[in-house]
Amino acid sequence: MPTPTRDTSPSAPDRRDFLRQSGYLAIGFSLLGLESCSGEAGATGSDGTPKQATACPPDTDRIDAWLRVHEDTTVTVLTGKIAIGQGILVALRQIAAEELDLPLDKVKIIMADTGHTPNERYTAGSASIEGSGTAIRRAAATARQQLLERAADELGAAVVDLTVTDGVIGATARGERTYGELVAGKQLTAQVFRDAPRKDPYDYRIVGQPEPRPEILGMVTGRPVDDRDGYVQDMRPPGMVHARVVRPPVYRATLQSFPADGVEALPGVRQIVRDGNFLAVVATDEYAAIRAWQMLRRQSNWEVDQSLPDPANLFNDMPGRVTNSEVVTSAPNAHSDWESATARLEALYTRPYQMHGSIGPSCALAEYRDGQLTVWTHSQGVYPLRDSLAAMLDLSADNIRVIGVRGSGCYGHNGADDVAADAARLALAEPDRPVRVQWMREDEHGWEPYGSAMRLQLRAALDGDNRIVSWVTNLWTDVHSHRPGGDAAELLTAQYLEGGPEAPTEGYLGGGYRNSQPLYRIPNLHIEAHRIEGPLRVSALRSLGAYGNIFAIESFLDELADRAGEDPVAFRLKHLDDERARAVIEEVRQQVEWPVYDAEDGRGWGFAFARYKNEAAYFAVAAEVAYDAETESLRVLRLVGAIDAGQTINPDGLRNQTEGGMIQSASWTTLEEVKWNTNGIVSLDWETYPILRFPEVPEVSVSILDRPGAPPLGAGEAAQGPTAAAIANAVFRATGTRVRDLPITAAKVVG
Amino acid sequence: MSQPIRLRVNGQTHQAELEPEMPLLYFLRNDLALNGPKYGCGVRQCGACMVLLDGKAQPSCVIPVDQAQQHDIETLESFGTPDDPHPLQRAFVEEQAAQCGYCLNGAIVCAQALLAVNPAPSDTEIREALERVLCRCGTHSRIVRAVARAARTQNAD
Repeated sequence: MPTPTRDTSPSAPDRRDFLRQSGYLAIGFSLLGLESCSGEAGATGSDGTPKQATACPPDTDRIDAWLRVHEDTTVTVLTGKIAIGQGILVALRQIAAEELDLPLDKVKIIMADTGHTPNERYTAGSASIEGSGTAIRRAAATARQQLLERAADELGAAVVDLTVTDGVIGATARGERTYGELVAGKQLTAQVFRDAPRKDPYDYRIVGQPEPRPEILGMVTGRPVDDRDGYVQDMRPPGMVHARVVRPPVYRATLQSFPADGVEALPGVRQIVRDGNFLAVVATDEYAAIRAWQMLRRQSNWEVDQSLPDPANLFNDMPGRVTNSEVVTSAPNAHSDWESATARLEALYTRPYQMHGSIGPSCALAEYRDGQLTVWTHSQGVYPLRDSLAAMLDLSADNIRVIGVRGSGCYGHNGADDVAADAARLALAEPDRPVRVQWMREDEHGWEPYGSAMRLQLRAALDGDNRIVSWVTNLWTDVHSHRPGGDAAELLTAQYLEGGPEAPTEGYLGGGYRNSQPLYRIPNLHIEAHRIEGPLRVSALRSLGAYGNIFAIESFLDELADRAGEDPVAFRLKHLDDERARAVIEEVRQQVEWPVYDAEDGRGWGFAFARYKNEAAYFAVAAEVAYDAETESLRVLRLVGAIDAGQTINPDGLRNQTEGGMIQSASWTTLEEVKWNTNGIVSLDWETYPILRFPEVPEVSVSILDRPGAPPLGAGEAAQGPTAAAIANAVFRATGTRVRDLPITAAKVVG
Repeated sequence: MSQPIRLRVNGQTHQAELEPEMPLLYFLRNDLALNGPKYGCGVRQCGACMVLLDGKAQPSCVIPVDQAQQHDIETLESFGTPDDPHPLQRAFVEEQAAQCGYCLNGAIVCAQALLAVNPAPSDTEIREALERVLCRCGTHSRIVRAVARAARTQNAD
């Protein structure tokens, strides 16, 4: 039996190395010179300044909730948002550095941590730049003003006569003061002044630059360059134990028996934890935990309480399974116009369940010590998770600290919160030790909440000038958000504990009709959303219902243009008044020299456009596809996009996010569909749920239409829907086959 | 039952009592605290766990430590450090070829194995060499550019 610390002489990592390489998050806080929310009044911070007791979460009306100026004229920004692969941290630092007139490298940032940062709920909905960015900009502008006033006071000068250069405030012939000198012993705690003088966006020097993300150097060398830049998967605090959770074969099942003696006899196993239908094993090392998990999986008996329905009937059954309906927008004439129209078109589109599919399965650490629970997580919402954990474990939220740590890529509500709940529950069973849980691949594929399947029925009528006069959409979908939100019931773990809550059926239907309203000029527009309770666990997947809705709308626009005998791009422009919408379309049109009717050799181009949520970033895209009849293969060759996200904070970050969204959407659109049968989920690995691999990935390019002075707009999800429709439209141009049920596979083109 | 295992990793020999069938990945991560190779699928479908075995990119999630004894093992950590990055690592930084970064270990290890035998690969050859690596964020085009850039840099030296 292996001992917990193995002798790996002659080169066993020494303890100092061990802490440096792996314990960074457990010890990192003392390095920050920041009091935590639970810090005692009267104590002294590491930089010698008195600690102040701070309420938790901090009062977001105060400057110090958002940033702290240190005596060495550096600044620490605090954001309630978390890095999930989107590169948000450098962008928020740019905003603060710009407004404070500091070099970017003097501005550090701490992300989501219920011990330090403001409560900004979730990192979701492409809202971080608009939300956290705006708050940080205001706090920084107020801080700068306060520092100017202090300097004016100390130097005996008027504020208007002061200059600021790299954190040094100067007055001609009266000397200068650094930010650090001005805050010595008196941190900025004033109220954030919403109208504090802000820089003219045309004078920006740091915002708008393609500043690189410093954490990438750590990613490519396997050695985080900052204490808090590592992955939660790579945390290895001293004394850590490993756990795995054994999930039932289907959602609703009851644990009958498990091989307790056999598993407990395995080397390294510390204990089996069984609580109702929650079954887990804790071991001294990871491989021991995995072997025990395998034995438990093979030899436990579950009684299936409810099997899954036959997937073949999913879409046909939807209209008969409606629990409630909502009129999104109503036009009394939509139906009479339909009757009298010269040309009418109807089409039914569907989108299957699709998964987030992070490459690194969800992971969390939790430690329960002296009545305090600490959880390290890549959750999108540390505060809602904290409250949900408190409810699940019957602990006070004051005794729980949830710390956001980088994880594998996050594209919405995946298993992050659930694995954190697993770890938290197991930490109570293993007090005084950090417990690490990482889901196995089949857990991630089988248990993450998917993006909901959707059925979209569209019909529209054209008048004699081939203008759309009426449009009616009926859409059927499950909800698109089941985030924890502070309740225990949305946590997978909680649902299986003895006496635990049932999985809630209520959720956010609004996500289902996101972007269901075309941005085009349509006199009579009628949209109804019908909620169904689908068979699979669902929650937010990047862009929620917008992906399905835009796929349908933008496919249908092409079908209408064909009916009208008009060019699909011209047909769109004919119905668009918004100048910024027209501009991104024109940009792509020029880039690809539309019209490109190149149907030879099974190749073709398609076009699509949308404004995300009808209020965030504008995005247009053209796709080129090739269908090879001989090999019956379909490939997306090229995606050419243009995005307008208002004033760009970091053009390289925006481009990276948009390229990624296009490629990910190409994968969803051409390959992805969660498969199941009555016995459970079938898509449990990358062969049963394939995604695009390097050789098949399209070439992508993105033009940015920067809008200095315009508010920055959320951009991270803008590409998902339009890319899907552009591919569908290209497939039609290339092959003459209109595929209305996603994914668009070669088999469907063959027909 | 555990038994004595000798492994040569990044130029150093390690001796440990290990279960012989334990995948190499867990030894590298948990015993040597190497964070380059990552767990992704455990069934060699995603490439997150790639290491060089005698210079060839192999998924460490399916190679038992017993079998790994005969080979020279190199992980991402042996390529370069933040202070002195390898040309491939530098190229990834220069291209900002990352979103979440979880797949980069596999991408860089496979790229290194490619460049060792093909110092001037075409984009198609780079894509083929990275076929075993899955990226979910959609950073593929940047990753291909980074590998091409590293090849150019190495050839210029």
